[in-house]
Amino acid sequence: MFERLSVMLMKEFLELKRDRWAMFRLIVPLIIQMLVFGYAATFTVHHVATSILDLDQSQASRSLISHFVATSRFNVVDVTQNRDDITRDIDQSTATIAIVIHAGFGRTLGNGQSAPLQVIVDGTNSNTALIALGYLSQIVAQFSEDQSSRAANFRADTAVPEIGISLQARPWFNEGLDDRWFFIPGVIGTLTLLQVVSLTAFAIVREREVGTLEQIMVSPIRPVEFILGKTVPFFLIGLGDIALVSAFGIFWFHISFIGNPWIMLLGASLFLLAALGIGLLLSTFSRTQQQAFALNFFFVNPLFILSGFAFPIAAMPKLLQWFTVINPLRYFLVVIRAVFLKGVGFEVLWPDLAAMALLALVMLTVSVLRFRKSLD
Amino acid sequence: MSADAPAILAQALTKKFQSFTAVDHLDLSIAKGEIVGFIGPNGAGKSTTIRMLCGLLRPSEGSAQVAGFDVSSEAEAVREHIGYMSQKFSLYGDLTVRENLRFFGGIYRVARREIDERMKFAISMAGLEGREDRLVRTLAGGWKQRLALGCAILHRPPILFLDEPTSGVEPEARRRFWDLIHEFAADGVTILVSTHYMDEAEYCNRIALIDRGKLIAIGTPSELRAHQLGGELFEVGCAPLGAAMKALSDAPGVVDAAIFGDRLHVVLGAGGLDAADLPGFLGEHGIEVDQVRSVPPSLEDVFVQLVSGSPEERMIP
Ligand SMILES: Nc1ncnc2c1ncn2[C@@H]1O[C@H](COP(=O)(O)OP(=O)(O)O)[C@@H](O)[C@H]1O
Ligand SMILES: [Mg+2]
Repeated sequence: MFERLSVMLMKEFLELKRDRWAMFRLIVPLIIQMLVFGYAATFTVHHVATSILDLDQSQASRSLISHFVATSRFNVVDVTQNRDDITRDIDQSTATIAIVIHAGFGRTLGNGQSAPLQVIVDGTNSNTALIALGYLSQIVAQFSEDQSSRAANFRADTAVPEIGISLQARPWFNEGLDDRWFFIPGVIGTLTLLQVVSLTAFAIVREREVGTLEQIMVSPIRPVEFILGKTVPFFLIGLGDIALVSAFGIFWFHISFIGNPWIMLLGASLFLLAALGIGLLLSTFSRTQQQAFALNFFFVNPLFILSGFAFPIAAMPKLLQWFTVINPLRYFLVVIRAVFLKGVGFEVLWPDLAAMALLALVMLTVSVLRFRKSLD
Repeated sequence: MSADAPAILAQALTKKFQSFTAVDHLDLSIAKGEIVGFIGPNGAGKSTTIRMLCGLLRPSEGSAQVAGFDVSSEAEAVREHIGYMSQKFSLYGDLTVRENLRFFGGIYRVARREIDERMKFAISMAGLEGREDRLVRTLAGGWKQRLALGCAILHRPPILFLDEPTSGVEPEARRRFWDLIHEFAADGVTILVSTHYMDEAEYCNRIALIDRGKLIAIGTPSELRAHQLGGELFEVGCAPLGAAMKALSDAPGVVDAAIFGDRLHVVLGAGGLDAADLPGFLGEHGIEVDQVRSVPPSLEDVFVQLVSGSPEERMIP
């Protein structure tokens, strides 16, 4: 057993060493995807182009405008007194959002009444629009707080100050509600899954295609020995991937890692075993690398979408929710986010770890059983 | 396995792929130390038969024993006793000669103290001295082929299955390869080797002719030549060939008529036309004959006649 496994591993190592592009292919796509996800896949919006129509020209209106100018969320492209300018800005997409300060705004506020503010939003990108509206209401709230506290100071001696209740949201585990903190751990799991599944499936199908698989299977080697020989290297590569991408997230994107590295290692190992199982299973269904490619595409994409990576599982239709139960990525994302951001341990994560162990066991067993038959 | 038990025994061995029968009730018995040539056109079922005998494919019907072990139920034991060279070259191109040998030695668990000596033997047998550290994909065809043989015999199997080992190899290298096969047989190794080169059949102790999954004849090359034709063979130079063949195939005493290159090969049996009558007979059909001579039959003649003689052939338009 050990001897055959060791020559298998030696062979895999030599082939990898001879393949000049192997390291490039293994590492560069990971880094690039990490950067793309890290910078592009975010719900945070900066520099929303904004036009302001100031029909009031009061001190209050100028103060409000300065609030918008001061934040990086908005980029004030135009301050005008002409209604047509606003229409033109929105139509030509010079501005995504337009704010109209009606005449009398300052006077109404000065009287201690609430003054209306009109906001026009380009709804063609509903996502950005909604997010921008959210920021806008924060800024307006800030502004009115400033105004009323100033008013209160003026009248401190004559009137009872108003009691205002303001809501202060304080998210746990991700104080800045930075999307990267949510995305990066997910990216680590997803990229590793993609790489390990396709590497495993392709490596075995290539041996089948070239004919070396037949030459090996005619020897007294046991399927388990062959499969171990093929998968141990990818297990190690997968662990390397996770370590590399995690280090990138921690040191480049400054994601906090407050959990137990051993839990992370355990979760990563179980996850990788399940991923290897998927790769092996795909390989037993493919005769050629093209078929493996197609299968990989059809199976791995749903795994990605149905993992809770970006779209919450709780928001999916019931049927799809059921599918996520057999998706190892779903469990690993829970583990990796929890370890990175929450620092919770085994006592909380054991159901997810157990689910991955069970999936790995089932998939590996089925693929070993199918492997022998697939030669026919 | 007792001394006189056959090394390879197939009984009604059959392989069906869905509804298609690739190997059809094949019977074969090969004695220890024999070289048997497996000959037939592409798609005849040679590779499929060899794969079943190696335990790579499960027979659909029938049974086979190799080295005394059943190929379906004792495949593991069969694998311990055989060497196999697949039709497609299948060593690792990115590994060197030595690394490939060491890999297969390890897979077959050749003892550590023996491996160096066996590798040395394989390298000298393949004529690869001085090329031990070359990547295999940079070797020419003949060397690759001999290295593949070297990898297949590293564990000293008593039975060798070689599936078209010489296809695509230049004639000089082919001859060298056959010399090696004869050396192994002299050491008592049983060899089943498939080929579609008819000339290679002469190197075998016995030949099994296979066509469309059926074994159509088996015997020594001279047996096949002598007995299978059912008459004497003549070469006829005439034109047009097609019309001549048609006229002759219905003529009395003609066992077979087939086009061979730019001539006609005609087998004449007893009680009908004889060689002297041919120019006259063909002349009546408006065919000009310039030469008729007796030729010794080649195995190709035998094969063509056997194939065209099978009843199925006549039924297929
Ligand atoms: N795995 C398979 N599935 C379906 N048909 C096959 C398979 N392998 C071989 N065949 C068919 O069986 C026939 C015999 O093939 P093969 O044994 O390779 O012939 P040969 O080696 O004599 O050229 C061919 O018609 C081939 O197409
Ligand atoms: Mg073949």
